[in-house]
Amino acid sequence: MAAESYPDDLLYHPEHDWARVDGDEAVLGITWHAQDALGELVHFEPPDVGATIGKDASYGEIESVKAVSDLISPLSGEVLEVNQKVVDAPETVNEDPYGDGWLVRIRLSDPSERDQLLDLAGYRKVLDEE
Amino acid sequence: MSFLSLTDADREAMLAAIGVSSIDELFRDVPAGVRFERELDVPPALTESELQRHLEELAAKNVVDEVCFLGAGIYDHYVPAVVDAVLQRGELLTAYTPYQPEMSQGVLQAIFEYQTAICELTGMDVSNASGYDGTTVAADACFVAKHATGRTRVVVTEATNPQVRQVVKTYAPGFGLEVVEVPHDGGTTDPDRVRAAAEGAAAVIFQQPNFFGCLEPAPDLAAAANDAGALPIAHVDPISLGVLEAPGAYGCALAIGEGQSAGNAMSYGGPHYGFLAARSDYIRRLPGRIVGETVDLEGKRGFVLTLQTREQHIRREKATSNITTNQTLLALAGLVHLSLLGPQGLAELGETCMALAGYARQSLADAGLEPLFPDKATFKEFAVRTGRDARLAVTAARAHGIYPGYPLGRDYPGLDDALLVAVTEKRTVGEIDRLVEALSR
Amino acid sequence: MKLIYEKSQAGRRGIGVPKPDLPVPEVPDELRRKEPPRLPELAEPEVLRHFTQLSTRNFGIDTGFYPLGSCTMKYNPRVNERVVGLPGFAALHPLVEDDAAQGALELEWELQEILREVTGLDAISLQPAAGSQGELTGLMLFRAYFADRGEDEQRRKIVIPDTAHGTNPASVTMAGYELTPVRTDARGNVDVDDLRAKVDEHTAGLMLTNPSTLGLFDENIEQIRDIFHGAGALMYYDGANLNAVCGISRPGDMGFDVVHINLHKTFSQPHGGGGPGGGPIAVRESLAPYLPVPVVTRDGATFRLDYDRPKSIGKVRAFSGPFGVFVRSYAFMRAYGPALREMSEVAVLNANYLLARLKEAYDLPYDRLCMHEFVLSARSLKREHGVTATDVAKRLMDYGFHPPTVYFPLVVPEALMIEPTESEARETLDAFAEAMLAIAREAAEEPETLKEAPHHRPVRRLDEVRATKQPVVRFRFDEHERPSGVGTHQLEAPKGA
Repeated sequence: MAAESYPDDLLYHPEHDWARVDGDEAVLGITWHAQDALGELVHFEPPDVGATIGKDASYGEIESVKAVSDLISPLSGEVLEVNQKVVDAPETVNEDPYGDGWLVRIRLSDPSERDQLLDLAGYRKVLDEE
Repeated sequence: MSFLSLTDADREAMLAAIGVSSIDELFRDVPAGVRFERELDVPPALTESELQRHLEELAAKNVVDEVCFLGAGIYDHYVPAVVDAVLQRGELLTAYTPYQPEMSQGVLQAIFEYQTAICELTGMDVSNASGYDGTTVAADACFVAKHATGRTRVVVTEATNPQVRQVVKTYAPGFGLEVVEVPHDGGTTDPDRVRAAAEGAAAVIFQQPNFFGCLEPAPDLAAAANDAGALPIAHVDPISLGVLEAPGAYGCALAIGEGQSAGNAMSYGGPHYGFLAARSDYIRRLPGRIVGETVDLEGKRGFVLTLQTREQHIRREKATSNITTNQTLLALAGLVHLSLLGPQGLAELGETCMALAGYARQSLADAGLEPLFPDKATFKEFAVRTGRDARLAVTAARAHGIYPGYPLGRDYPGLDDALLVAVTEKRTVGEIDRLVEALSR
Repeated sequence: MKLIYEKSQAGRRGIGVPKPDLPVPEVPDELRRKEPPRLPELAEPEVLRHFTQLSTRNFGIDTGFYPLGSCTMKYNPRVNERVVGLPGFAALHPLVEDDAAQGALELEWELQEILREVTGLDAISLQPAAGSQGELTGLMLFRAYFADRGEDEQRRKIVIPDTAHGTNPASVTMAGYELTPVRTDARGNVDVDDLRAKVDEHTAGLMLTNPSTLGLFDENIEQIRDIFHGAGALMYYDGANLNAVCGISRPGDMGFDVVHINLHKTFSQPHGGGGPGGGPIAVRESLAPYLPVPVVTRDGATFRLDYDRPKSIGKVRAFSGPFGVFVRSYAFMRAYGPALREMSEVAVLNANYLLARLKEAYDLPYDRLCMHEFVLSARSLKREHGVTATDVAKRLMDYGFHPPTVYFPLVVPEALMIEPTESEARETLDAFAEAMLAIAREAAEEPETLKEAPHHRPVRRLDEVRATKQPVVRFRFDEHERPSGVGTHQLEAPKGA
């Protein structure tokens, strides 16, 4: 399992999800804290490519042996790609939550939503409160 | 009270350790307004010998000495003595659901073996650890089909057991499902009617052999459902599956059924077990417990409850079902019975039932009681016309010590003269001859 | 140990089948079985030995102390097993005419009478097969009741506290309702302020376990009743914890309109490694018209099944219910008589005694007298020694006890939910307390011993991740992968009894 870390180039959602925004696209995933709380992941139920997902709504599920968690999207958009590597080997998220363990790539429908997300300092406050 | 160990001295010492002065003080959080202040008005306590006598007296008021030709979903098959012996092992009988696998390898391995037996019987890839009975597994299967297809209508053939249909209809509104019934044509179901009804439906449920005992054109019904993108679900009798084709071999998505015939006494309707098996595509949508194989930290084989995130204790309002307690002990009885029979014994059991039922059907016809559906092949059950209200025929036959069958008019208006007759391996030629005599008087 | 399929040899048989000298009718070719099912082939003695060997690898209430919280693992009297097997019960077909089943119907009717008295309600359906099916049936009755008043479309919400069993929210979904969660307050009661804000004209009802899954009696139950009945909503009582209050407080008197009774908990049904159970429901008169069919009724000295109930929701299970379960529970109730109250008193005494002995060594999230069970937390053990509730549970196995329920209810971290029941002797409770205290010491002194526990069971800790990721849920015969250790293990003598 990866060591605890929170990159400062990401935007965060208080439900422990991250987004890496690049122009009108973004890559989404879950934070180190989220994968640590769940334990070793055994299943990723992804959305369909082409599906529309909404900010703050569930776009899929991720499971460990004894827990299941909704994936909360930090941003709205259309799913362009699902990380097949995580579908095949969900533990990739435990090993590399910000790299190989990304979950979906989306095209943003409202890029201004990014302004509502947390930066690293803001997310650290969320973690401290838990 | 002989089930309680605490002496007065124990109670005093324990209350002192707790730091209260009386039992009543333990209940101080119960508001006065909701306390029950009188003695329970229930019958007085009985000692064990009095209890045994009382229950014997109640049992004696039931009539079980009439020769049983009653079926209609529950059958008078023989239950081997080894089944009773296994079920009375306290370690199995008095265990809870195997949440702690290291304490429960016996039950877990038995369920794994049961799942294997059900998969082998039905030709499916995965089975759950049991459902309540043969009716509720049909409702469970509808829930699977709804979520697998995203469709909101299920088709059930009218020749499916009426109680199965009733339970499906009771559950359906909560599931957001509409239920459509397809009538039978002369005792079996027309695949073309199924094909039309299945358009846009989530599932088609049919029974093989059907409620009338007739053999449905099951492969054609399954194909008709598949053509329409609906999941074919076969409701089958385990005792028939040494002789009749497995639903998995003719394209069914799920196979369900009442397990009572394998290993359970009739017991006035329960407890029995329902089985539910599916193709592997649906494993994550199945309701209930599933046992899986794994290894311990020394690499030794062991068994655990698996894919638990489907279940209510984890997924809560999004679970595949609310089922928790199931029918493991009865399913274990089924496994023991099937293990004693083996493949050869199961086939022979089916053939014996068919031979005796065939003899009964022919003998009744010879005596003037025509089959209701004369051109249809049957398994262990068939319907005859009694030439009068079938309920009167039952009364008349019972006067001669024969319980001759089930009056179909109870569920099918217009079939008031028809009697559904079941013949298991426990019946003899002599008993069948008595049945013919009693019904043809 | 080997699977029964691995012991199979072609040509062996465990039981014969009568072969009458009659022709076997032809099965049409397209309907005939082509490949026989690969059922086990063993002679009778080997079948019996296989399952006896399996039993030695299992632990039941007959084996020892089984304080599995929320499950009420009490003694199962052996006479109940004897009477359920009486031919007058076991050989009775469920579709016989009522005159042939008078003894069975009388037993069902008498059972109903006792359940009415214990719950303080008016009418019973014995049909539901288990508690969770009782829940679903109860919610179906809610819908039928409101539909009759033209309010079904308006009242869509069911309120459930965060301490509830998972079955409650799952039943809500299956009944087509929406879930409204409500919080627990600092004393472990339902948060009445939160509740008041969430109950309105869209609320169909409440589902509540009382005492709660924390083992605490809700001190505000009268206020809760006033909130719901004031809003025209109904109240459902999850009877999972009825063992605490038989003859002490009745759900009907608390204001509940529908109750399910877990016969397999309070009234001693052997749980059979997962079931069977029985989940009869008791309802107030206003909900009686909607009960499932058939209903058992009495006309003078005779009893009958009544199907003629036009407002009935239908059927949730075949026939009148799991009859054998009724025989056992009825026998259990008759063994106690009015002393059912003493049963609950001793259950509560035993729980409080254990709580008193353990609360110094483990965290106690709600420091009150408990009812029939209590919830401790291993939070401090985890923080200070890295030892979890699972480790404590697994180590208890080495001391010869079945572990308590762990990680439930969800509102308590590292929860250990302990329910001793009335069946236990003080010596047993003391031995368990000593084991729990020893484990708390071991957590500080030798945490690795706990993390690797159990050490003395037929298997060590099992790899649940593997079981989930690569599900092997049936034996695959020739293609089956043989995990290591199977070959050597088969030479071991059976362990246990």
